[in-house]
Amino acid sequence: MPLHTLSVAELAAGLAARRFSSLELTLHFLGRIERLGPGLNAFVTVTADRALDDARRADERRAKGEAGPLTGVPIVHKDIFCTDGILTTCSSRMLSNFVAPYDATVVERWRAAGTVLLGKTNMDEFAMGSSNETSWFGPVKNPWDTARVPGGSSGGSAAAVAACLAPAASGTDTGGSIRQPAALTNLTGLKPTYGRVSRYGMIAFASSLDQAGMLARSAEDAALLLGAMAGFDPRDSTSLDAPVPDYVAELATPLDGLRVGVIREFFDQGLDPAVGRLVQAAIEALRANGATVREVSLPALPLSVPTYYVVAPAECSSNLSRFDGVRFGHRCDAPRDLLDLYRRSRGEGFGDEVKRRIMTGTYVLSAGYYDAYYLKAQKVRQLIAADFARAFGEVDVVVGPTSPTPAFGLGAKTSDPITMYLNDIYTIGANLAGLPAISVPCGFVQEGGRDLPVGLQLVGPHFSESRLLSVSHRYQQLTDWHRRVPPGYE
Amino acid sequence: MEWETVIGLEIHAQLATRSKIFSGSATAYGAAPNTQANLVDLGYPGVLPVLNGEAVRMAIRFGLATGARIARRSVFARKNYFYPDLPKGYQISQYERPVVEDGSLEIVLEDGSRKTVGITRAHLEEDAGKSLHEDFHGLSGIDLNRAGTPLLEIVSEPDLRSAKEAVAYMKKIHTLVRYLGICDGNMQEGSFRCDANVSVRPHGQAEFGTRAEIKNLNSFRFVERAINYEVERQIDLIEGGGKVVQETRLYDPDRGETRSMRSKEEANDYRYFPDPDLLPLAIDDGQIEALRATLPELPDEKAARFVRDHGLSEYDAGVLTASREMADYYETVAARLGGHSKLAANWVMGELAGALNRENLDVAQSRVGAEALAGLLARIADDTISGKIAKEVFEAMWSEGRNADAIIAARGLEQITDTSAIEQAIDAVMAQNPQQLAEYRAGKDKLFGFFVGQVMKATQGKANPAQLNELLKRKLGG
Repeated sequence: MPLHTLSVAELAAGLAARRFSSLELTLHFLGRIERLGPGLNAFVTVTADRALDDARRADERRAKGEAGPLTGVPIVHKDIFCTDGILTTCSSRMLSNFVAPYDATVVERWRAAGTVLLGKTNMDEFAMGSSNETSWFGPVKNPWDTARVPGGSSGGSAAAVAACLAPAASGTDTGGSIRQPAALTNLTGLKPTYGRVSRYGMIAFASSLDQAGMLARSAEDAALLLGAMAGFDPRDSTSLDAPVPDYVAELATPLDGLRVGVIREFFDQGLDPAVGRLVQAAIEALRANGATVREVSLPALPLSVPTYYVVAPAECSSNLSRFDGVRFGHRCDAPRDLLDLYRRSRGEGFGDEVKRRIMTGTYVLSAGYYDAYYLKAQKVRQLIAADFARAFGEVDVVVGPTSPTPAFGLGAKTSDPITMYLNDIYTIGANLAGLPAISVPCGFVQEGGRDLPVGLQLVGPHFSESRLLSVSHRYQQLTDWHRRVPPGYE
Repeated sequence: MEWETVIGLEIHAQLATRSKIFSGSATAYGAAPNTQANLVDLGYPGVLPVLNGEAVRMAIRFGLATGARIARRSVFARKNYFYPDLPKGYQISQYERPVVEDGSLEIVLEDGSRKTVGITRAHLEEDAGKSLHEDFHGLSGIDLNRAGTPLLEIVSEPDLRSAKEAVAYMKKIHTLVRYLGICDGNMQEGSFRCDANVSVRPHGQAEFGTRAEIKNLNSFRFVERAINYEVERQIDLIEGGGKVVQETRLYDPDRGETRSMRSKEEANDYRYFPDPDLLPLAIDDGQIEALRATLPELPDEKAARFVRDHGLSEYDAGVLTASREMADYYETVAARLGGHSKLAANWVMGELAGALNRENLDVAQSRVGAEALAGLLARIADDTISGKIAKEVFEAMWSEGRNADAIIAARGLEQITDTSAIEQAIDAVMAQNPQQLAEYRAGKDKLFGFFVGQVMKATQGKANPAQLNELLKRKLGG
C-alpha cells in the first residue's frame, strides 16, 4: 500500500521498524500537498520548512531511542489553533495577517509527542459554518466530488486527510464541526467530552461548546491521537482534572453486552432515506456482533438547533469583540476616529456569516431580550442534557446518523442560512450536553455517478471516549468502509 | 422646603495580590507602559482567564470582617462594551451573584453617635487599562499594565445622609481594607476610589429621588466636595422647577463642580452573561472557617479593647485605631512604658502625629520609633524631665536620631529634684524681686506665676514643677 493511505498506527509501526524515515514520509506528503492541495483548497498555510525541521528532529529522536508512538508522524492543524511563529488566520480576513506568538495546548502536546506539522488547514471563518464556504480563503472541495462541500467547519482538515494529503488532522467541534465533515469525507471524527481537551490557544467561537478533537482514518488512530492531546491544562479553567486512560489499550473491549440506544428523533422526515438505510445497517452489524439494541427517545433534542443558535451566537458576539483593529489583526486604512476604526476594521475584517451571528448574539443578550432568548435557551439546554442523562441510565451509547444527507453541492445552501443550520441537527445535541461523540464511516450512497460517504454517529456519557472508540474500532474490524480512498487520490 | 440627602457609595479597592486576577502578570504600580501585560491581559486570540485564588481569599476576608454572607457559589459574568483600554471588549466582573452579600459597618458621626451602614454586596472584577490622551499628537496611547488588576467593588446601601457620613464610611472601609492587608489604600495611585450615587428628597418622603452617579472620586476631600456640590445642584434644580435626570457625572476638582458625562439613555447595554471561560466560583465552609481564623483584630475590636483595658477615651481609641500601623505603634509604646496609657496616647496623637504630618510620612517611616518614644516617655514618668522639656528632647530625637537618654545627658536636661537646689533658686529669685514679693504677700496672688517663671528661668526649665510649686508656695507665704 502506498505510504499516504496508511493509518497513523501503520505509519507509527513503519517508522518504528525503520521501514521509512520521518523525513521520507514528510517529503512524500509535502509532494502530494503541492500536487493535489491547490485543487481542494484544503490549506491556508503549508509549513514545508517547519515540517522538514520537525521530521529531522523526529528521526534524530528515534535514533537516540527516545521516540514515542507518534514521533515522526505528519499531521495538520486546523487554522483555529495558535501556532507559534506561524500564520493563524481562522480563515478570516480579520486574522489574515496574524502570526500567533504562542502554541495552543493541542499544538504543544502533539508537538511534544514528536508529530510533524505539514500545515494549517482551511475552515469556515471562525468555525462558523457547515460547508467550509464562509472561509475568506474560499471554499474547500470534497475529494469525493469536487463539486461538493467537504462539510464544515473543519472542512480543510477533512479534505486533507480524506485526500491522503496528511494522515490525520486536528479539528474543533462546536456544533458538529468535526463529525459532520468526517461523515461527508469518509473519516473517523471524534469530539471528546467538553473539558477533556484544553481550549487554550484555540481561537474561541462559542466557549461553552467548543471542543478540540481530530479527524483520522480509523478509531485506532483517533485513540492514539486523543491520548496525545487530552488531559488537564491549568491554563484552561474548564479543562477537567481527570486521568487520561490508555485509549489504545481499551480499544480491545468487546461489543458483548453493549447496550445501544437508537435515537428515535434522529430518524425523522428530514433524513435522507438512503442515509437512514446505511445507518440502520450499521446498527444491525453491531447487534449481530454482540450488542443489544433498543430505541430511545430524547424529546427535547429537536429543540437543539434553535437553542444552539441562541447560545453560540451569544458567546461569539462577546468572544469576537477583541477583534477591534487595535492590537492585532486587520485594521482599516487611515481611520478618522475611534468609531471609524471599529466600524471599518470589523466591517471589512468579518464575513457575512460571522456578522450574522454577532448580530444575532448581540440581540439575544440585549436588555429586554436576555430572558426570552438567552436564559430560555440555557433552560432548554439543561433539558437536552437531562434527556441524554436519562437515556444513559438505560443504554451505554446512543446512535444515529451524523448528518441528514451526504455532501451537498457547493453553493447549494449558501443563500438560506436556516437550511444550512439544519445540517447540524444531529450533531448539536452532544455539544449542548458536553458529551463525547464520534462519527465513523458506514457506507456510501450514489449520487450523480459518485460514491458519497455516510457517517454513523455514536454519543456516550461524559468521559466515555474509550467506549466510543472501542465500539467504533470493533465496527471497523467488521467493515472496510473507512479504508476507502476517493478516486484520484489513491 | 427641607431636603434630605441620600447617598450610596461604590468603592473600588484594588486588591494587593502580586499577580493579576486572571493572569500571571505582576500588578506593581509605575512600571513602563505595557511591560506588565501578557497575552491574557492583551486579550490575544485563544487565551483564557484563570482565576487568582488569592483575590478570592481577600474578598472572603473582607466579607467576614463586615459580617457579610459569603456566597457558596458565585458567578463571573462578562460586561460587554468597546473601548481601546478594554482589550477583550468585555470586562470580567461578578454581576447577578457576587461573592459577598449583606454586610454592614458602623461609623461614628460628628456628634459621637454611631450609625450602621449596610453593605449590599462586594464583588470581584478586573480593572481596565489606561488611555493616555496627552503626549501623543492627535492620537491616544494605551497602557495595559493595569488591565486585569483585581478589584473588589464594595457597594453600600443608600444609607448615608450627608457628605460627612459618606466620608466617614469611606474612611472606615479604607481603614478596614488596610487592616485586612487586602488593599494598600493608596488613593493617589488609584488603589482606592469610589463612585457616589447622590439624590435628594423632601424630608419625610419615603421614595428616593432620581440619582446621579459621580464617577471616580479618588480623595476623601473630593468625595465631600463633590457630594456637597451635587446636593446643592439638585436642590437648586428642583426648587427652580426642574427635574434631576438619571445620569453619570464627573467631578472637576479644579472648578469644584460636577458635570454631566452621559445620560441614562446614552448608557451602554452591557449585555451581561455568565463568562463561559470560568466555572462558577465554589467556596466551602472549611475554606471560610480557615480564613476566619486568619482575620486580624479589627479596628472596632481594637478600639473597644483600648477603652476597656487601657482606660482611653472612645475618641482617643478611635483616632489611634484609624490605622493598624498607628495602633501597633501606640501599643508598643504603652507596653514598653508599662502603664501610662494616656501619656502614650497623648504623645502618639500629639507630637508624633504632628511630626509625621509635617513631613508627610507614614508611621512606618517615623524618625522616632515606638521603642525610642517609650524611652522618652519613661523619663517623663520617672520625673527625670518635665513634659515641656520632653518636647524639646523629642525634636532633638527626630532631627538627630539619638535616643532620649543620650540627649538628656548631653544637654544636661535632667530635672532638678533636689529640694535644697530648688530652694536656693527660690531664695535668689525672692531676693532679686523684693517689690513683687511684697505685693504678693499683700494679696496679689496672680504674681505666683511670675515667681514660677523666674525660678524656671533660673533653672533653665529643669526644676521639677510639682516640687517647685509646693516649695514656692511655702516660701512665698513666709
